[in-house]
Amino acid sequence: MTESHDMIVIKDLYKHFDSIKALNGVNLTVKKGKVIVVIGPSGSGKSTMLRCINHLEVPTSGEVWIDGKHLGKKEKELNAIRAEVGMVFQLFNLFPHLTALENVTVAQKVVRGRSKEEAEEIAMKQLIRVGIPEKADAYPTNLSGGQQQRVAIARSLAMNPKIMLFDEPTSALDPEMIKEVLDVMLDLAKEGMTMVVVTHEMGFARSAADEVLFMDEGLIVEHTTPHDLYNNPKEERTKLFLSQILQH
Amino acid sequence: MDNSLPVSDEKASMQLKDISWWFLGLVLIFVWAIYIFLTKENYQEAFNFIKIGIQITIKTSLIAYVFALMLGLLAGLGRISKNLFFNNLSRLYVELIRGIPMLVLIFFIALVGVPMLVDGINALGVWLTTIGLASIGETLSGFGNKAFTMNGRAIFALSITYGAFLAEIFRAGIQSIGRGQMEAGRSLGMSYGQTMRHIILPQAVRNVLPALGNDFVAMVKDSSLVSVLAVRDITQVSRLYAGSTFRFREAYVTVSIMYLTITVVLSLLVQVMERRLRKHD
Repeated sequence: MTESHDMIVIKDLYKHFDSIKALNGVNLTVKKGKVIVVIGPSGSGKSTMLRCINHLEVPTSGEVWIDGKHLGKKEKELNAIRAEVGMVFQLFNLFPHLTALENVTVAQKVVRGRSKEEAEEIAMKQLIRVGIPEKADAYPTNLSGGQQQRVAIARSLAMNPKIMLFDEPTSALDPEMIKEVLDVMLDLAKEGMTMVVVTHEMGFARSAADEVLFMDEGLIVEHTTPHDLYNNPKEERTKLFLSQILQH
Repeated sequence: MDNSLPVSDEKASMQLKDISWWFLGLVLIFVWAIYIFLTKENYQEAFNFIKIGIQITIKTSLIAYVFALMLGLLAGLGRISKNLFFNNLSRLYVELIRGIPMLVLIFFIALVGVPMLVDGINALGVWLTTIGLASIGETLSGFGNKAFTMNGRAIFALSITYGAFLAEIFRAGIQSIGRGQMEAGRSLGMSYGQTMRHIILPQAVRNVLPALGNDFVAMVKDSSLVSVLAVRDITQVSRLYAGSTFRFREAYVTVSIMYLTITVVLSLLVQVMERRLRKHD
């Protein structure tokens, strides 16, 4: 491994659904500890790229390495790698039949083989970290959207991931709840977590991102720093997109 | 609607359509049944004769249902499996069973399927003997059709038949759970099987509990079909009673009331369960 080693390496990634060409040759390297924000119009392939990183979506062609490990076809190896890559979804996807605490312990027990006590101790630590230890025994239906998303983040963190992927984590939230989720993500970024975040929250991109990707039509159109992207975007498509979302 | 009506007036406006006449009818039938069983000697005699079959009816239904649940879960998982062999085998099983009348299936499985199975076990035993495993081989080749009682074959037949129905219930239950649940489980490193077991199935089974309960009620009724195999369930015993005494009315009134009692009680339990599940949602 090199001195600032590569956490994620994506090479010539293509993903074609029946008639839709979602990804058309994506190349990307993410160094350890970096926070990458991905922006772009809907249908540009942002989410598909994110889902290909942990092979939740199997690429049509192309290769992915996570922390030096190549993602192949073997289920066992894939499962082991996925356990190291946390993922937070737009619609939270909490397990509704389990309490917040159980949501955070189930994979620890099943995948990591931790005892109930150990898993619960780690789960409580993570719930404290995201600021809702008092909701440990609540079921997801009794939690607000912001609280659900924070439990979802705690659920991923409890697996001690090397990377966290966020797929529009605040898009389904009411405005007053966006901040509580972004604050948790900001703390994570400060602690040095490697993160790839698909989001439209420009404030988050400005304050937390090391690099910003602008994607369109399944390609990375621009890959630069947040400052350069907002102040002097090079590509016409980037300028057009930014003018549309920054208008208000 | 006028909401300002005082409560007493609302009560007074209770109409004939608000009464559960069907339930009243059921209650009347049960009251009448209790009356005749307490007062009429012929009915008492029929009841005492037929009740010896209750144990077989309940035992057959319960055991067959447990096997059907296991088979149904397996085939239900097969119906949504990405494994082509498992998937097609499950589909074939479900289509075969659904396309043949239950009565014919029961004859077929008990009188054709089981002997074929015995032939297969015997052939396996002979083969094992020739390759030197005589101890196991001779036991297997010594199996006769008599090793399988008609009661056992009846349970076997009902399990296989209902397994196909339950498979479709399990499949529907699993498919009612959103894709995001499987994705969340997989993204945490759980395997397909682990996610199925810990995340999907607990939710799916909860959703289909009322349907599973209704199918148990249906199975209790369909267990009467095993009387064609001379299994002494309440249907068969009442046929015997009617045949030997020519008291057809007493025999079939009694057996009907017995089935009705079991199914009404079970249906009420299913309804209570359904209501409780809805409350927790």
